[in-house]
Amino acid sequence: MTAEARSAQAGYAGATRYRWYEAVPFIVAIGFYFAMPDYLSLGSRILIFVLFALSLDLVLGFGGIVTLGHSAFLGTGAYVAGFIGAYSPVSDPIIQLLGAVLAAGLVGFLTGCIILRTKGLTVIMLTLAFAAILLELANKASAITGGTDGLSGIQVAPIFGRFEFDLYGQTGYLYCLGVLLVAWYLVRRLVHSPFGTSLTGIRDNASRMHAIGAPVYWRLVAAYSISAAIAGAAGALLTQINQLVGLDVLGFEPSGEVVVMLILGGVGQIYGAFLGPAVFLVLQDALAKQFPEFWYLGIGIGLLFVVWYAPTGLIGLISRVARRWGRP
Amino acid sequence: MSVVLETLNLQRSFGALMVTDNVSLSIPVGARHALIGPNGAGKTTLINLLTGVLSPSGGSVRLDGEDITGVGQAARVKRGIARTFQINSLFRNLTVLDTIALAVAERSGIGWSIWRPANSYRSVRDECMEILTRLGIADEALRQISELAYGKQRLVEIAVALGLRPRVLLLDEPAAGVPSMESGRILEVLAELPSDIAILMIEHDMDLVARFANRITVLVAGAVLTEGAPLEVMADERVRSVYLGEALHG
Ligand SMILES: Nc1ncnc2c1ncn2[C@@H]1O[C@H](COP(=O)(O)OP(=O)(O)OP(=O)(O)O)[C@@H](O)[C@H]1O
Ligand SMILES: [Mg+2]
Repeated sequence: MTAEARSAQAGYAGATRYRWYEAVPFIVAIGFYFAMPDYLSLGSRILIFVLFALSLDLVLGFGGIVTLGHSAFLGTGAYVAGFIGAYSPVSDPIIQLLGAVLAAGLVGFLTGCIILRTKGLTVIMLTLAFAAILLELANKASAITGGTDGLSGIQVAPIFGRFEFDLYGQTGYLYCLGVLLVAWYLVRRLVHSPFGTSLTGIRDNASRMHAIGAPVYWRLVAAYSISAAIAGAAGALLTQINQLVGLDVLGFEPSGEVVVMLILGGVGQIYGAFLGPAVFLVLQDALAKQFPEFWYLGIGIGLLFVVWYAPTGLIGLISRVARRWGRP
Repeated sequence: MSVVLETLNLQRSFGALMVTDNVSLSIPVGARHALIGPNGAGKTTLINLLTGVLSPSGGSVRLDGEDITGVGQAARVKRGIARTFQINSLFRNLTVLDTIALAVAERSGIGWSIWRPANSYRSVRDECMEILTRLGIADEALRQISELAYGKQRLVEIAVALGLRPRVLLLDEPAAGVPSMESGRILEVLAELPSDIAILMIEHDMDLVARFANRITVLVAGAVLTEGAPLEVMADERVRSVYLGEALHG
């Protein structure tokens, strides 16, 4: 099952051409924009988490690196975009975004160099530890980060000098969608490249990759850095949409939730990263307010169900059903 | 003939257990060398030492006369040493073609290519198909490794190593688990390789050894018991006594 999903996706004999269903997430996103104008702030949040989950998919799904500290990069991106907007005269959103991407990528590279020397449980512990260190740094440096009050006074100019961020969140939503489109294109190219195929090889059997002469460690460091940079972009979007950065972007919650979202949607298949956050956040929005005590229980049970009955996630479930109906 | 790969007094122990005991082995260009010995003799460990998976507790490994004892695995592969595994070590989620392509890609230096789609590298695909054809498994190219019978997976093991175009090929019981019909195929493929490739093969099947090797080293309890031409070694009383009770195993 996964075999077919994957071979249709990548590899030296794989198909690179675009399939109609790859457009579905973007068509839905544009439909949402027109159909649900009152929910655009939720919509933007979903798009941002899709971007975040996509970055996680690169390391977890393709590289096989298990991390519980990905908020380190979401947070780095969020704060760096915030610092630029609050303390420098640069208010151009694209430049802030690129600054966040570079900074998060750099943090990813530096921590990756250490984390990826280790294996298994140690990797998870170190990702947690680095995220905790960054959180503590941000907390201690309240003079610049605003500490628990959050960082405010962030200037964000109109996009391309033309499109102003409006109260209804229309510009913000389309901006997030645009950034997601670019990131999706990059990730898709990467996954289909020889580099991407070698990541799958490392995930499946690292010792064999060593034996064919692949620089396994550096491949993983590269994937980790790229993933961190994309997570940084997601953080920058959060900052620019909310014009506020809170300590919670560096907390455990985003790290944990994005893993749940990705597993829910389906790991290692790109589109699982679209479906998971959408389902998770819509359900959260609908249920968490009415039944706050049951929300986490519900998500827990849902997750167990998925892991048990649909190990390839909701996206895997959908493609299985679609195949039974005789269509690709 | 000039020596391509050699070890000098190589030693390795696991705790108190001496698994490689002062092994000095010299493999000339074009060698067809068999390494035999009972279970647990340290044959696989020797391959791990030669490829840099393990580092020795003493002694050295030389390639082209140069000390490579401290050189890492990947760098040794780049210098032309390739191996196969005693127990299949492949990628269960990849197709046969992609599995071999990974090796061909690393060898031809496109493993870092991050932008161009993998399927646009025609030459890689053609080379993989050519190797698979030689091994008689071209029909399986697009099947997933996990769907393949064990014997076919053994052939993929060899195909991966051939994708590296090695100068020194280390085969760890390549025919173990292969139906005897197909084990002949393995010998044919090896015979078709350029004659200057040095091959070291661990093998239990004395019939295959006799057909393949022009030199045999016998390893017992980590140490070299004897080394010589096949007839000489097989006639050796000590070898016979080691193998008498072992003849059926493998
Ligand atoms: N990583 C390890 N740690 C501890 N002991 C090991 C390790 N690897 C191998 N050994 C031991 O070293 C000895 C030699 O093992 P090795 O795998 O090299 O033997 P072999 O000659 O390849 O045997 P076989 O014919 O069964 O493949 C065995 O006793 C084995 O238990
Ligand atoms: Mg062995």
